[in-house]
Amino acid sequence: MPANPFNGFTDFGVGIGLRVPHYQHILSEKPVVDWFEIISENYMVDGGRPLHVLDQILERYRVVQHGVSMYFGSHEPPNREHLKRLKALVKRTKAPWLTDHLCWGSVDGTYTHDLLPMPYTFEAARLTAQKIREVRDFLEIPIAVENVSSYAEFHVSEMTEWEFLTEVVELADCGILLDVNNIYVSSRNHNFNPHDYVNSVPAERVAQIHIAGHSKFEKYILDTHDHPVVDPVWELYARAIERAGRTATLLEWDDKIPSFEEVHNEALKANQFVADMAVTS
Amino acid sequence: MNLLEIQHRMLDAVMQPLTNDEQMQPHTRDGRSMHDVAAEFIKPNDRLSSFERLEIYNRQYWFRVLASLDEDFRGLRAIIGPRRFEALCKAYLIECPSGSFTLRNLGSRLEWWLRSHPEHLQPRAGLALDMVRLEWAEIEAFDGAAESALVPGDVLASDPDPRFRLQPYLQLLSFHYAVDDLLVAIRKDDSDSEMASNAVSERRKRNHLRKVARQKPQAIFLVVHRIDDSVYFKRIESEAFKFLKALREGKSLSIAVMQAFEGRDIQENKLLATVQGWFENWSSLGWFCAPYSTDQDFISASGRQS
Repeated sequence: MPANPFNGFTDFGVGIGLRVPHYQHILSEKPVVDWFEIISENYMVDGGRPLHVLDQILERYRVVQHGVSMYFGSHEPPNREHLKRLKALVKRTKAPWLTDHLCWGSVDGTYTHDLLPMPYTFEAARLTAQKIREVRDFLEIPIAVENVSSYAEFHVSEMTEWEFLTEVVELADCGILLDVNNIYVSSRNHNFNPHDYVNSVPAERVAQIHIAGHSKFEKYILDTHDHPVVDPVWELYARAIERAGRTATLLEWDDKIPSFEEVHNEALKANQFVADMAVTS
Repeated sequence: MNLLEIQHRMLDAVMQPLTNDEQMQPHTRDGRSMHDVAAEFIKPNDRLSSFERLEIYNRQYWFRVLASLDEDFRGLRAIIGPRRFEALCKAYLIECPSGSFTLRNLGSRLEWWLRSHPEHLQPRAGLALDMVRLEWAEIEAFDGAAESALVPGDVLASDPDPRFRLQPYLQLLSFHYAVDDLLVAIRKDDSDSEMASNAVSERRKRNHLRKVARQKPQAIFLVVHRIDDSVYFKRIESEAFKFLKALREGKSLSIAVMQAFEGRDIQENKLLATVQGWFENWSSLGWFCAPYSTDQDFISASGRQS
Protein backbone atom coordinates (compact mmCIF):
# COMPACT_ATOMS: atom_id res chain seq x y z
CA MET A 1 0.00 0.00 0.00
CA PRO A 2 1.27 3.50 -0.70
CA ALA A 3 2.22 5.38 2.41
CA ASN A 4 0.54 8.50 1.06
CA PRO A 5 -1.21 9.79 -2.07
CA PHE A 6 2.05 10.94 -3.68
CA ASN A 7 3.95 7.88 -2.68
CA GLY A 8 2.84 4.94 -4.75
CA PHE A 9 6.35 3.63 -4.55
CA THR A 10 6.55 2.22 -1.05
CA ASP A 11 8.04 -1.01 -2.33
CA PHE A 12 10.95 0.75 -4.02
CA GLY A 13 13.07 0.43 -0.91
CA VAL A 14 16.59 1.84 -0.92
CA GLY A 15 18.41 2.80 -4.09
CA ILE A 16 21.64 4.47 -5.07
CA GLY A 17 22.68 6.85 -7.80
CA LEU A 18 23.93 5.25 -11.02
CA ARG A 19 27.45 6.60 -11.49
CA VAL A 20 30.08 5.98 -14.17
CA PRO A 21 32.77 4.46 -11.88
CA HIS A 22 30.29 1.72 -10.94
CA TYR A 23 29.13 0.83 -14.46
CA GLN A 24 31.48 -2.08 -14.95
CA HIS A 25 30.78 -3.60 -11.55
CA ILE A 26 27.01 -3.35 -11.95
CA LEU A 27 26.98 -4.78 -15.48
CA SER A 28 29.33 -7.64 -14.71
CA GLU A 29 28.37 -8.55 -11.13
CA LYS A 30 24.66 -7.71 -11.40
CA PRO A 31 24.32 -6.88 -7.71
CA VAL A 32 20.88 -6.87 -6.09
CA VAL A 33 19.84 -3.24 -5.82
CA ASP A 34 16.30 -2.03 -5.17
CA TRP A 35 16.56 0.74 -7.77
CA PHE A 36 18.86 3.25 -9.38
CA GLU A 37 18.46 6.98 -9.73
CA ILE A 38 19.97 8.52 -12.85
CA ILE A 39 20.86 12.14 -13.44
CA SER A 40 18.55 12.77 -16.39
CA GLU A 41 20.84 15.23 -18.16
CA ASN A 42 23.62 12.63 -18.40
CA TYR A 43 21.38 10.46 -20.58
CA MET A 44 19.62 13.14 -22.64
CA VAL A 45 21.97 12.41 -25.52
CA ASP A 46 21.47 10.86 -28.94
CA GLY A 47 23.44 7.65 -28.49
CA GLY A 48 26.69 6.07 -27.44
CA ARG A 49 27.79 4.61 -24.17
CA PRO A 50 25.44 6.51 -21.83
CA LEU A 51 22.32 5.13 -23.49
CA HIS A 52 23.83 1.71 -24.12
CA VAL A 53 24.64 1.31 -20.43
CA LEU A 54 21.26 2.71 -19.44
CA ASP A 55 19.47 0.18 -21.65
CA GLN A 56 21.37 -2.65 -20.01
CA ILE A 57 20.53 -1.30 -16.57
CA LEU A 58 16.87 -1.00 -17.52
CA GLU A 59 16.76 -4.69 -18.46
CA ARG A 60 17.44 -5.63 -14.85
CA TYR A 61 16.68 -2.70 -12.57
CA ARG A 62 14.08 -0.06 -11.83
CA VAL A 63 15.23 3.44 -12.65
CA VAL A 64 14.00 6.84 -11.48
CA GLN A 65 15.08 10.08 -13.12
CA HIS A 66 16.50 12.98 -11.17
CA GLY A 67 17.15 16.24 -12.99
CA VAL A 68 19.54 19.06 -12.18
CA SER A 69 18.64 21.77 -14.67
CA MET A 70 14.90 22.15 -15.09
CA TYR A 71 15.12 25.18 -12.80
CA PHE A 72 11.48 25.35 -11.83
CA GLY A 73 12.19 28.64 -10.06
CA SER A 74 13.86 30.45 -12.96
CA HIS A 75 11.84 33.39 -14.22
CA GLU A 76 11.65 32.08 -17.77
CA PRO A 77 9.61 29.43 -19.53
CA PRO A 78 10.89 25.86 -19.65
CA ASN A 79 13.44 25.15 -22.36
CA ARG A 80 11.54 23.27 -25.08
CA GLU A 81 14.57 21.35 -26.30
CA HIS A 82 15.21 20.25 -22.73
CA LEU A 83 11.61 19.13 -22.31
CA LYS A 84 11.58 17.19 -25.56
CA ARG A 85 14.75 15.33 -24.70
CA LEU A 86 13.53 14.69 -21.17
CA LYS A 87 10.26 13.26 -22.44
CA ALA A 88 12.11 10.94 -24.80
CA LEU A 89 14.17 9.72 -21.87
CA VAL A 90 11.08 9.21 -19.72
CA LYS A 91 9.66 7.01 -22.46
CA ARG A 92 12.87 5.04 -22.52
CA THR A 93 13.20 4.52 -18.76
CA LYS A 94 9.47 4.23 -18.01
CA ALA A 95 10.34 5.97 -14.75
CA PRO A 96 7.29 6.02 -12.44
CA TRP A 97 8.03 9.54 -11.26
CA LEU A 98 10.53 12.29 -11.95
CA THR A 99 12.31 14.71 -9.67
CA ASP A 100 14.17 18.01 -9.96
CA HIS A 101 15.09 20.81 -7.62
CA LEU A 102 13.17 23.66 -6.07
CA CYS A 103 15.64 26.26 -7.21
CA TRP A 104 16.63 28.47 -10.11
CA GLY A 105 19.80 28.56 -12.19
CA SER A 106 19.25 30.34 -15.49
CA VAL A 107 18.21 33.77 -16.72
CA ASP A 108 17.26 34.56 -20.31
CA GLY A 109 18.73 31.27 -21.51
CA THR A 110 22.07 31.68 -19.73
CA TYR A 111 22.82 28.72 -17.47
CA THR A 112 24.87 28.69 -14.27
CA HIS A 113 24.72 24.90 -13.83
CA ASP A 114 24.18 25.50 -10.14
CA LEU A 115 21.19 25.05 -7.84
CA LEU A 116 20.62 28.62 -6.76
CA PRO A 117 18.34 29.39 -3.81
CA MET A 118 14.86 30.83 -4.13
CA PRO A 119 13.62 33.94 -2.39
CA TYR A 120 10.75 32.63 -0.29
CA THR A 121 8.05 34.94 -1.60
CA PHE A 122 4.48 34.30 -2.69
CA GLU A 123 5.33 35.65 -6.15
CA ALA A 124 8.14 33.09 -6.52
CA ALA A 125 5.92 30.30 -5.20
CA ARG A 126 3.18 31.08 -7.75
CA LEU A 127 5.59 31.25 -10.66
CA THR A 128 7.41 28.09 -9.63
CA ALA A 129 4.20 26.12 -9.13
CA GLN A 130 2.95 27.21 -12.53
CA LYS A 131 6.12 25.99 -14.16
CA ILE A 132 5.97 22.65 -12.36
CA ARG A 133 2.43 22.20 -13.67
CA GLU A 134 3.52 23.06 -17.23
CA VAL A 135 6.38 20.59 -17.11
CA ARG A 136 4.21 17.86 -15.62
CA ASP A 137 1.53 18.40 -18.26
CA PHE A 138 4.12 18.14 -21.03
CA LEU A 139 5.94 15.14 -19.62
CA GLU A 140 2.81 13.34 -18.41
CA ILE A 141 4.55 11.95 -15.35
CA PRO A 142 4.23 12.68 -11.60
CA ILE A 143 6.79 15.21 -10.40
CA ALA A 144 8.37 15.66 -7.00
CA VAL A 145 10.51 18.69 -6.16
CA GLU A 146 13.59 18.56 -3.99
CA ASN A 147 14.59 21.07 -1.34
CA VAL A 148 18.18 22.25 -2.02
CA SER A 149 21.09 23.05 0.26
CA SER A 150 21.63 26.77 0.41
CA TYR A 151 24.26 29.22 1.53
CA ALA A 152 22.37 32.49 1.18
CA GLU A 153 19.03 33.94 2.28
CA PHE A 154 17.22 36.91 0.80
CA HIS A 155 15.90 40.03 2.50
CA VAL A 156 12.67 39.78 0.54
CA SER A 157 11.70 36.34 1.85
CA GLU A 158 8.23 36.32 3.35
CA MET A 159 8.27 32.85 4.89
CA THR A 160 10.52 30.00 6.00
CA GLU A 161 11.93 27.55 3.52
CA TRP A 162 9.58 24.79 4.63
CA GLU A 163 6.60 27.14 4.34
CA PHE A 164 7.75 28.02 0.83
CA LEU A 165 8.15 24.36 -0.10
CA THR A 166 4.66 23.67 1.21
CA GLU A 167 3.21 26.64 -0.65
CA VAL A 168 4.77 25.53 -3.93
CA VAL A 169 3.78 21.86 -3.74
CA GLU A 170 0.23 22.72 -2.68
CA LEU A 171 -0.16 25.20 -5.56
CA ALA A 172 1.42 22.78 -8.04
CA ASP A 173 -0.23 19.75 -6.48
CA CYS A 174 2.99 17.81 -6.77
CA GLY A 175 5.14 15.60 -4.58
CA ILE A 176 8.21 16.33 -2.49
CA LEU A 177 11.63 14.77 -2.77
CA LEU A 178 12.70 15.43 0.78
CA ASP A 179 16.47 15.68 1.03
CA VAL A 180 17.20 15.37 4.74
CA ASN A 181 20.90 16.08 4.22
CA ASN A 182 20.02 19.33 2.48
CA ILE A 183 17.75 20.23 5.38
CA TYR A 184 20.62 19.60 7.79
CA VAL A 185 23.12 21.59 5.69
CA SER A 186 20.78 24.55 5.35
CA SER A 187 19.83 24.41 9.03
CA ARG A 188 23.49 24.81 9.99
CA ASN A 189 24.04 27.55 7.44
CA HIS A 190 20.93 29.49 8.40
CA ASN A 191 20.56 28.69 12.10
CA PHE A 192 17.25 26.89 12.24
CA ASN A 193 16.18 23.64 13.86
CA PRO A 194 16.12 20.95 11.13
CA HIS A 195 13.45 19.02 13.03
CA ASP A 196 11.12 22.01 12.68
CA TYR A 197 11.53 21.58 8.92
CA VAL A 198 10.90 17.84 8.86
CA ASN A 199 7.97 18.20 11.23
CA SER A 200 6.38 20.92 9.12
CA VAL A 201 6.47 19.60 5.56
CA PRO A 202 3.23 18.02 4.34
CA ALA A 203 4.13 14.38 4.95
CA GLU A 204 1.39 13.18 2.67
CA ARG A 205 3.29 14.67 -0.29
CA VAL A 206 6.68 13.07 0.38
CA ALA A 207 7.28 10.81 -2.59
CA GLN A 208 10.98 10.15 -2.14
CA ILE A 209 13.80 10.86 0.32
CA HIS A 210 17.44 11.67 -0.35
CA ILE A 211 20.25 11.01 2.08
CA ALA A 212 23.87 12.08 1.54
CA GLY A 213 27.06 13.30 3.14
CA HIS A 214 28.50 16.80 3.22
CA SER A 215 31.68 18.75 4.02
CA LYS A 216 32.19 21.08 6.97
CA PHE A 217 34.11 24.30 6.57
CA GLU A 218 34.97 26.86 9.20
CA LYS A 219 31.94 29.07 8.68
CA TYR A 220 29.52 26.94 6.70
CA ILE A 221 28.66 23.45 5.48
CA LEU A 222 28.81 22.53 1.81
CA ASP A 223 26.61 19.89 0.21
CA THR A 224 29.36 17.85 -1.45
CA HIS A 225 27.94 14.31 -1.56
CA ASP A 226 31.41 12.94 -0.87
CA HIS A 227 31.09 11.48 2.63
CA PRO A 228 28.97 8.93 4.49
CA VAL A 229 25.73 10.11 6.05
CA VAL A 230 26.23 11.69 9.49
CA ASP A 231 24.16 10.71 12.54
CA PRO A 232 22.10 13.93 12.72
CA VAL A 233 21.00 13.32 9.13
CA TRP A 234 20.03 9.75 9.96
CA GLU A 235 17.96 11.14 12.84
CA LEU A 236 16.17 13.43 10.41
CA TYR A 237 15.64 10.46 8.11
CA ALA A 238 14.10 8.44 10.94
CA ARG A 239 11.72 11.27 11.72
CA ALA A 240 10.86 11.75 8.05
CA ILE A 241 9.81 8.12 7.53
CA GLU A 242 8.03 8.17 10.86
CA ARG A 243 5.87 10.96 9.44
CA ALA A 244 5.69 9.98 5.76
CA GLY A 245 5.73 6.22 6.13
CA ARG A 246 7.96 3.85 4.24
CA THR A 247 9.28 5.89 1.32
CA ALA A 248 11.57 5.30 -1.64
CA THR A 249 14.98 6.33 -0.35
CA LEU A 250 18.16 7.11 -2.22
CA LEU A 251 21.77 7.72 -1.19
CA GLU A 252 23.62 10.33 -3.24
CA TRP A 253 27.40 9.96 -3.54
CA ASP A 254 28.78 12.09 -6.37
CA ASP A 255 32.37 12.97 -5.58
CA LYS A 256 35.35 10.93 -4.36
CA ILE A 257 33.12 7.97 -5.15
CA PRO A 258 34.20 4.81 -3.29
CA SER A 259 33.54 1.23 -4.37
CA PHE A 260 30.06 0.12 -5.30
CA GLU A 261 29.83 -2.02 -2.14
CA GLU A 262 30.76 0.87 0.10
CA VAL A 263 28.15 3.14 -1.42
CA HIS A 264 25.49 0.45 -1.41
CA ASN A 265 26.21 -0.59 2.18
CA GLU A 266 25.94 3.02 3.30
CA ALA A 267 22.57 3.28 1.58
CA LEU A 268 21.31 0.05 3.08
CA LYS A 269 21.75 1.47 6.57
CA ALA A 270 18.44 3.16 5.86
CA ASN A 271 16.72 -0.22 6.13
CA GLN A 272 17.51 -0.34 9.83
CA PHE A 273 15.52 2.83 10.38
CA VAL A 274 12.63 1.39 8.39
CA ALA A 275 12.78 -1.75 10.55
CA ASP A 276 12.92 0.31 13.73
CA MET A 277 9.89 2.27 12.56
CA ALA A 278 8.00 -0.98 11.95
CA VAL A 279 8.82 -2.22 15.45
CA THR A 280 7.74 0.97 17.19
CA SER A 281 4.57 1.52 15.17
CA MET B 1 12.86 43.52 -5.34
CA ASN B 2 10.97 40.91 -7.37
CA LEU B 3 12.07 37.46 -8.46
CA LEU B 4 13.40 38.52 -11.85
CA GLU B 5 15.42 41.40 -10.39
CA ILE B 6 16.97 39.12 -7.78
CA GLN B 7 17.86 36.53 -10.41
CA HIS B 8 19.45 39.13 -12.69
CA ARG B 9 21.52 40.57 -9.86
CA MET B 10 22.62 37.23 -8.54
CA LEU B 11 23.46 35.87 -11.98
CA ASP B 12 25.57 38.96 -12.76
CA ALA B 13 27.50 38.55 -9.53
CA VAL B 14 27.89 34.79 -9.73
CA MET B 15 29.19 34.91 -13.32
CA GLN B 16 31.65 37.72 -12.73
CA PRO B 17 35.20 36.29 -12.85
CA LEU B 18 37.03 35.68 -9.58
CA THR B 19 40.15 37.58 -8.58
CA ASN B 20 43.53 35.99 -9.13
CA ASP B 21 43.41 34.53 -5.63
CA GLU B 22 39.95 33.08 -6.30
CA GLN B 23 37.92 35.57 -4.32
CA MET B 24 34.87 37.49 -5.45
CA GLN B 25 35.64 40.79 -7.13
CA PRO B 26 35.31 43.80 -4.80
CA HIS B 27 33.44 45.73 -7.49
CA THR B 28 30.75 44.93 -10.02
CA ARG B 29 31.34 45.37 -13.75
CA ASP B 30 29.82 48.85 -13.57
CA GLY B 31 32.07 49.86 -10.69
CA ARG B 32 29.72 49.51 -7.73
CA SER B 33 30.90 48.04 -4.44
CA MET B 34 30.12 44.32 -4.49
CA HIS B 35 29.68 44.48 -0.69
CA ASP B 36 26.90 47.05 -1.18
CA VAL B 37 25.30 45.12 -4.01
CA ALA B 38 25.31 41.86 -2.06
CA ALA B 39 23.93 43.55 1.06
CA GLU B 40 21.00 44.91 -0.92
CA PHE B 41 19.49 41.49 -1.52
CA ILE B 42 21.32 38.89 0.58
CA LYS B 43 21.06 38.65 4.35
CA PRO B 44 24.22 38.29 6.39
CA ASN B 45 24.31 35.81 9.28
CA ASP B 46 26.38 35.57 12.47
CA ARG B 47 29.35 34.04 10.59
CA LEU B 48 29.20 35.34 7.03
CA SER B 49 28.58 38.73 5.48
CA SER B 50 26.25 39.11 2.50
CA PHE B 51 29.37 39.38 0.33
CA GLU B 52 30.79 36.12 1.68
CA ARG B 53 27.55 34.24 1.17
CA LEU B 54 27.29 35.40 -2.42
CA GLU B 55 30.95 34.57 -2.91
CA ILE B 56 30.26 30.87 -2.20
CA TYR B 57 28.08 30.74 -5.30
CA ASN B 58 30.51 32.86 -7.33
CA ARG B 59 33.33 30.43 -6.58
CA GLN B 60 31.20 27.34 -7.17
CA TYR B 61 30.21 28.64 -10.57
CA TRP B 62 33.73 29.27 -11.78
CA PHE B 63 35.18 26.10 -10.30
CA ARG B 64 32.46 24.06 -12.01
CA VAL B 65 32.64 25.57 -15.50
CA LEU B 66 36.43 25.74 -15.57
CA ALA B 67 36.67 22.11 -14.45
CA SER B 68 34.29 21.13 -17.22
CA LEU B 69 36.38 22.79 -19.95
CA ASP B 70 39.56 21.47 -18.38
CA GLU B 71 38.21 17.95 -18.66
CA ASP B 72 37.04 18.39 -22.25
CA PHE B 73 40.08 20.17 -23.71
CA ARG B 74 43.18 18.55 -22.18
CA GLY B 75 44.95 18.65 -25.52
CA LEU B 76 44.49 22.39 -25.94
CA ARG B 77 45.65 22.92 -22.37
CA ALA B 78 48.83 20.96 -23.07
CA ILE B 79 49.56 23.00 -26.21
CA ILE B 80 49.20 26.46 -24.73
CA GLY B 81 50.03 25.63 -21.10
CA PRO B 82 47.72 25.50 -18.06
CA ARG B 83 47.90 29.19 -17.11
CA ARG B 84 47.12 30.49 -20.56
CA PHE B 85 44.45 27.83 -20.90
CA GLU B 86 42.72 29.06 -17.76
CA ALA B 87 42.87 32.65 -18.98
CA LEU B 88 41.46 31.55 -22.34
CA CYS B 89 38.61 29.64 -20.68
CA LYS B 90 37.69 32.62 -18.50
CA ALA B 91 37.66 34.95 -21.49
CA TYR B 92 35.59 32.46 -23.49
CA LEU B 93 33.05 31.95 -20.72
CA ILE B 94 32.62 35.69 -20.20
CA GLU B 95 31.69 36.11 -23.85
CA CYS B 96 30.06 32.72 -24.34
CA PRO B 97 28.43 31.60 -21.10
CA SER B 98 26.52 28.36 -21.17
CA GLY B 99 23.34 28.50 -23.20
CA SER B 100 22.52 24.84 -22.74
CA PHE B 101 20.94 22.80 -19.96
CA THR B 102 23.92 20.46 -20.06
CA LEU B 103 27.61 21.12 -19.39
CA ARG B 104 28.36 18.72 -22.23
CA ASN B 105 27.77 21.61 -24.63
CA LEU B 106 29.90 24.16 -22.78
CA GLY B 107 32.71 23.99 -25.34
CA SER B 108 30.48 23.90 -28.39
CA ARG B 109 31.37 27.47 -29.43
CA LEU B 110 35.03 27.38 -28.45
CA GLU B 111 36.44 26.86 -31.94
CA TRP B 112 34.19 29.59 -33.33
CA TRP B 113 35.20 31.97 -30.53
CA LEU B 114 38.90 31.20 -30.86
CA ARG B 115 38.88 32.05 -34.56
CA SER B 116 38.17 35.63 -33.59
CA HIS B 117 40.56 35.53 -30.59
CA PRO B 118 43.74 33.93 -31.98
CA GLU B 119 45.84 35.91 -29.50
CA HIS B 120 45.05 33.22 -26.93
CA LEU B 121 46.70 30.58 -29.12
CA GLN B 122 49.86 32.25 -30.39
CA PRO B 123 52.41 31.18 -31.45
CA ARG B 124 50.82 27.78 -32.18
CA ALA B 125 47.39 28.95 -33.32
CA GLY B 126 47.07 26.48 -36.20
CA LEU B 127 48.01 23.52 -34.03
CA ALA B 128 45.77 24.67 -31.18
CA LEU B 129 42.76 25.17 -33.44
CA ASP B 130 43.24 21.72 -34.93
CA MET B 131 43.30 20.31 -31.40
CA VAL B 132 40.10 22.12 -30.36
CA ARG B 133 38.32 20.74 -33.40
CA LEU B 134 39.52 17.23 -32.65
CA GLU B 135 38.50 17.41 -28.98
CA TRP B 136 35.05 18.71 -29.81
CA ALA B 137 34.63 16.05 -32.52
CA GLU B 138 35.43 13.44 -29.90
CA ILE B 139 32.61 14.70 -27.69
CA GLU B 140 30.23 14.60 -30.63
CA ALA B 141 31.33 11.11 -31.64
CA PHE B 142 31.04 9.79 -28.09
CA ASP B 143 27.31 10.30 -27.69
CA GLY B 144 26.10 11.04 -31.20
CA ALA B 145 23.20 9.09 -32.66
CA ALA B 146 23.78 5.69 -34.24
CA GLU B 147 21.49 3.90 -36.63
CA SER B 148 21.33 0.29 -37.74
CA ALA B 149 24.51 -0.44 -39.63
CA LEU B 150 24.50 -1.50 -43.24
CA VAL B 151 26.08 -4.91 -42.90
CA PRO B 152 28.34 -6.51 -45.52
CA GLY B 153 26.13 -8.22 -48.06
CA ASP B 154 23.37 -5.62 -47.92
CA VAL B 155 22.55 -4.21 -51.34
CA LEU B 156 20.51 -1.35 -52.61
CA ALA B 157 18.41 -3.46 -54.91
CA SER B 158 16.89 -1.16 -57.48
CA ASP B 159 19.21 1.84 -57.49
CA PRO B 160 22.15 1.66 -59.88
CA ASP B 161 23.67 4.73 -58.27
CA PRO B 162 22.76 4.57 -54.57
CA ARG B 163 23.31 7.22 -51.93
CA PHE B 164 25.00 5.75 -48.91
CA ARG B 165 24.47 7.36 -45.55
CA LEU B 166 27.10 7.65 -42.87
CA GLN B 167 26.42 7.07 -39.20
CA PRO B 168 25.42 10.38 -37.59
CA TYR B 169 28.11 10.03 -34.91
CA LEU B 170 30.91 9.82 -37.50
CA GLN B 171 33.12 12.93 -37.59
CA LEU B 172 35.19 13.76 -40.69
CA LEU B 173 38.07 16.14 -40.14
CA SER B 174 41.05 17.47 -42.04
CA PHE B 175 43.98 18.91 -40.11
CA HIS B 176 47.22 20.76 -40.70
CA TYR B 177 48.95 18.90 -37.86
CA ALA B 178 48.99 15.35 -36.53
CA VAL B 179 46.86 16.28 -33.54
CA ASP B 180 45.50 12.74 -33.25
CA ASP B 181 48.92 11.36 -32.34
CA LEU B 182 49.61 14.37 -30.15
CA LEU B 183 46.40 13.96 -28.17
CA VAL B 184 47.04 10.27 -27.63
CA ALA B 185 50.57 11.07 -26.41
CA ILE B 186 49.32 13.82 -24.10
CA ARG B 187 46.76 11.49 -22.58
CA LYS B 188 49.36 8.81 -22.06
CA ASP B 189 51.60 11.28 -20.25
CA ASP B 190 48.67 12.42 -18.11
CA SER B 191 47.65 8.86 -17.35
CA ASP B 192 51.21 7.78 -16.48
CA SER B 193 51.49 10.58 -13.97
CA GLU B 194 47.98 10.54 -12.57
CA MET B 195 49.19 9.69 -9.08
CA ALA B 196 52.38 11.58 -9.56
CA SER B 197 54.44 13.83 -7.36
CA ASN B 198 55.08 17.47 -8.26
CA ALA B 199 58.38 16.50 -9.82
CA VAL B 200 56.65 14.04 -12.14
CA SER B 201 54.02 16.61 -13.00
CA GLU B 202 56.75 19.01 -14.00
CA ARG B 203 58.30 16.31 -16.15
CA ARG B 204 54.91 15.73 -17.74
CA LYS B 205 54.64 19.42 -18.54
CA ARG B 206 58.08 19.38 -20.14
CA ASN B 207 57.09 16.25 -22.11
CA HIS B 208 54.03 18.04 -23.39
CA LEU B 209 56.05 21.07 -24.40
CA ARG B 210 58.61 18.96 -26.25
CA LYS B 211 55.91 17.06 -28.12
CA VAL B 212 54.16 20.29 -29.06
CA ALA B 213 57.42 21.88 -30.21
CA ARG B 214 58.13 18.90 -32.45
CA GLN B 215 54.86 19.30 -34.36
CA LYS B 216 55.42 20.15 -38.01
CA PRO B 217 52.64 20.93 -40.47
CA GLN B 218 51.29 17.97 -42.41
CA ALA B 219 47.97 17.22 -44.03
CA ILE B 220 45.97 14.73 -41.98
CA PHE B 221 42.57 13.30 -42.84
CA LEU B 222 40.81 11.72 -39.93
CA VAL B 223 37.61 9.93 -39.07
CA VAL B 224 36.58 10.05 -35.43
CA HIS B 225 34.39 7.01 -34.97
CA ARG B 226 33.04 4.63 -32.37
CA ILE B 227 33.39 0.93 -31.74
CA ASP B 228 31.66 -0.69 -28.77
CA ASP B 229 30.99 2.73 -27.24
CA SER B 230 34.65 3.75 -27.32
CA VAL B 231 35.86 6.58 -29.57
CA TYR B 232 38.75 5.94 -31.97
CA PHE B 233 40.71 7.96 -34.52
CA LYS B 234 41.29 6.50 -37.98
CA ARG B 235 43.46 8.23 -40.54
CA ILE B 236 42.42 7.95 -44.15
CA GLU B 237 43.82 9.09 -47.49
CA SER B 238 42.73 12.38 -49.01
CA GLU B 239 40.68 10.55 -51.70
CA ALA B 240 38.87 8.56 -49.07
CA PHE B 241 38.18 11.75 -47.14
CA LYS B 242 36.72 13.46 -50.21
CA PHE B 243 34.66 10.37 -50.92
CA LEU B 244 33.20 10.27 -47.41
CA LYS B 245 32.56 14.02 -47.41
CA ALA B 246 30.61 13.64 -50.63
CA LEU B 247 28.52 10.79 -49.19
CA ARG B 248 27.85 12.85 -46.07
CA GLU B 249 26.62 15.67 -48.32
CA GLY B 250 24.13 13.25 -49.86
CA LYS B 251 25.93 12.74 -53.16
CA SER B 252 25.37 9.51 -55.05
CA LEU B 253 28.03 6.84 -55.25
CA SER B 254 29.16 7.76 -58.77
CA ILE B 255 29.47 11.46 -57.94
CA ALA B 256 31.32 10.67 -54.72
CA VAL B 257 33.80 8.55 -56.66
CA MET B 258 34.20 11.28 -59.26
CA GLN B 259 34.86 13.93 -56.60
CA ALA B 260 37.25 11.69 -54.70
CA PHE B 261 39.46 11.00 -57.72
CA GLU B 262 39.04 14.29 -59.55
CA GLY B 263 42.26 15.20 -61.33
CA ARG B 264 43.77 11.78 -60.67
CA ASP B 265 44.84 9.58 -63.53
CA ILE B 266 43.90 6.15 -62.27
CA GLN B 267 42.98 2.95 -64.05
CA GLU B 268 39.37 1.93 -63.70
CA ASN B 269 40.10 -1.49 -62.25
CA LYS B 270 42.41 0.03 -59.66
CA LEU B 271 39.82 2.65 -58.81
CA LEU B 272 37.14 -0.02 -58.37
CA ALA B 273 39.43 -2.11 -56.20
CA THR B 274 40.20 0.93 -54.04
CA VAL B 275 36.56 1.83 -53.53
CA GLN B 276 35.64 -1.78 -52.88
CA GLY B 277 38.40 -1.98 -50.27
CA TRP B 278 37.08 1.14 -48.57
CA PHE B 279 33.59 -0.27 -48.46
CA GLU B 280 34.71 -3.57 -47.02
CA ASN B 281 36.75 -1.87 -44.35
CA TRP B 282 34.26 0.83 -43.44
CA SER B 283 31.30 -1.53 -43.49
CA SER B 284 33.07 -3.78 -41.02
CA LEU B 285 33.43 -0.72 -38.78
CA GLY B 286 29.71 0.00 -39.07
CA TRP B 287 30.13 3.41 -40.69
CA PHE B 288 27.22 3.09 -43.12
CA CYS B 289 23.56 3.09 -42.30
CA ALA B 290 20.37 2.62 -44.29
CA PRO B 291 19.55 5.37 -46.81
CA TYR B 292 16.99 8.12 -46.23
CA SER B 293 15.23 7.47 -49.50
CA THR B 294 11.87 5.77 -49.30
CA ASP B 295 11.45 5.42 -53.04
CA GLN B 296 13.97 2.67 -53.38
CA ASP B 297 13.91 -0.87 -52.18
CA PHE B 298 16.45 -1.72 -49.55
CA ILE B 299 17.09 -5.40 -49.34
CA SER B 300 19.52 -6.93 -46.94
CA ALA B 301 21.56 -10.05 -47.30
CA SER B 302 19.19 -11.70 -44.85
CA GLY B 303 16.19 -10.69 -46.94
CA ARG B 304 14.71 -7.95 -44.78
CA GLN B 305 13.07 -5.16 -46.71
CA SER B 306 12.11 -1.66 -45.83
